[in-house]
Amino acid sequence: MSTVPAAPDAGDPLVGFAGFAHALAAAGLPVASDAVAAFTRALRQVEVGDPCQVYWAGRATLCRGPDDIPRYDSAFEGWFGGTVPARTPRSGEQPRRARTAALTTTDGGDTGGDAPRLRVAADDTEVLRHRDIAGLTAAERAHLAELIATLRPRPPTRPAIRMRPARRGAVDPRRTVRGMLAAGGEPVRPSHHRKATRPRRMVLLIDVSGSMSPYADALLRFGHVVARSNPAGTEVFSLGTRMTRLSRALRVRDPEVALAAASRAVPDWAGGTRLGETLRAFLDRWGRRGVARGAVVVIFSDGWERGDPTLLAEQLAQLRRLAHAVLWVNPHAGADGYEPVQSGIVAALPYVDRLLAGHSLATLQELLEVARRT
Amino acid sequence: MSDSTPTVGSPADLARALDATGYLADDGVAMAAFLAIRMGRPLFCEGEPGTGKTSLAAALSEAFGLPLIRLQCHEGIDAAQALYDWDFPRQLLHLRTLEAASDGSLEADTVERSLYTERFLLARPLLRALTDAPCVLLVDEIDRADDEFEAFLLQVLDENAVTIPELGEVRAATPPLVVLTSNRTREVHDALKRRCLYHWLEHPDLAREVAILRRRIPGIGAELARQVAHAVQSLREMELLKPPGVAESLDWARALQELDRDVLDAETAAATLGAVLKYREDLERVARAGLDRLLAG
Repeated sequence: MSTVPAAPDAGDPLVGFAGFAHALAAAGLPVASDAVAAFTRALRQVEVGDPCQVYWAGRATLCRGPDDIPRYDSAFEGWFGGTVPARTPRSGEQPRRARTAALTTTDGGDTGGDAPRLRVAADDTEVLRHRDIAGLTAAERAHLAELIATLRPRPPTRPAIRMRPARRGAVDPRRTVRGMLAAGGEPVRPSHHRKATRPRRMVLLIDVSGSMSPYADALLRFGHVVARSNPAGTEVFSLGTRMTRLSRALRVRDPEVALAAASRAVPDWAGGTRLGETLRAFLDRWGRRGVARGAVVVIFSDGWERGDPTLLAEQLAQLRRLAHAVLWVNPHAGADGYEPVQSGIVAALPYVDRLLAGHSLATLQELLEVARRT
Repeated sequence: MSDSTPTVGSPADLARALDATGYLADDGVAMAAFLAIRMGRPLFCEGEPGTGKTSLAAALSEAFGLPLIRLQCHEGIDAAQALYDWDFPRQLLHLRTLEAASDGSLEADTVERSLYTERFLLARPLLRALTDAPCVLLVDEIDRADDEFEAFLLQVLDENAVTIPELGEVRAATPPLVVLTSNRTREVHDALKRRCLYHWLEHPDLAREVAILRRRIPGIGAELARQVAHAVQSLREMELLKPPGVAESLDWARALQELDRDVLDAETAAATLGAVLKYREDLERVARAGLDRLLAG
């Protein structure tokens, strides 16, 4: 099988294939060396002269998810020429539309960015915990970031299938019998067991539209802390004009690296909001498959819906039926005299278990407590 | 068949072998499965429900005449449910029998050895896949299992062997052909994906779906098959909560056959739509859009 027919208009074929891996990396699909090795092994099994076979051999060895496939296709087209022999999966993403003008990108009314660094004592910290994030100076923001990083969220729990040994509860026949075996078949004290608990999944949906931009950085940091506390059971998505999954980016240990990666991933910072449509995209691509099933879903948004609120209501009704609990966190809900009048909030309220404030660190800590008790 | 791993000459040969079992594989599936066999790697299949992930494993086992061993994953699955377990109640009975038969002079070591033998071993799917090799091992819905189980599975797949403390090592004479499926309810760990070949399954296009219907349902009319496939294809374009898969179009066609229909008209479609759509909202949406749109063309 080692006599490979040379592909037309190429010199030594395998050199070309090695270059293809670099082309993939340039197209935004980083390829590990073991995947390249698998690709070259696969090529020994197929007709290298047939672009169709090369295409499928590459797809089976170099791709690891449906999101990789469009990038692989474009790199393949660019490198080998010709068209790809497959339809790209319908990823459910809408084509990017020209955005309407961004509302605001100021960093939340920064009063005196060069204020002297305060030596923050404990009571200052306590004050900072209750301050509205939107009104903080740059120095206070930096301090808040440190405070958020010290949060130690305990995920909500659910009963598991598995049993764990306990002092009371149902008799565990297996352990009892094992004890009897060890005692030569004589009856021993019965062992008991109870249902163990497992962390319940948490899904954070963070609105990154213009009206939420003063809170976006703090909320992403909060998302990072929650994701680090239970990486396998936390999913974070940004909502705006589109939906973007940030869970993988936020699993990195270092908060700054994680934030940078998440920020790069979000294509629609400080744009408009189409909550209904992005929620539908979330439910179609992730929610119904199981991400939202039985999870505690937290939506961080001020409810400024530019689209049709009935669509938002429909999607939330869906979400409510899938999720264990739906919490809506609104930074304005903590203000005195707040009335939920924005169209999005009005549509959402019947399907939300709790409407919470989320304008300060203290309210975010409170949210964690509420999530654990749902 | 034989006692060795399946052999296959080319992706086209494999597609023909699968075709003979009634599974119509496109180029991508054929290539991925061909490479999985030739390179001795597990095949990791992802895709929407109803795109034929699980039936691919069944078709492979039938095509090569190998037994199919299925491990259905669920939350909290552990080694005792996937690999092996000891039959404690029977061991206890055995012990009592020994005591009754002996005159009170039982040798502890001998008793111990007689208790932990193959007789009292409950082989679960993973162990059976190692002892019954060659076979096709289907690990279904791996995304529903936990991370710990993934790591454990990875170890078994890597070594093709497990060690049972009381019995010693069980090693597969020939590695099983492994197919893993996932519905992406959770990201599977990269370490697992790295060991596998990856294939993303799509819903078939119109021509292929017609071919699948005609192949799987003997006696279905060409016109009815085309109409059902066309209607299901348009349903998939409609942004439904649960777009119908091939399994649903097969169900629908069978339902129409039971009703002795050889064409799909609006009235019949309305009456049988429950075979295809599984959500009330979807039924309403289709009713709003008008059934005639489905049946056009």
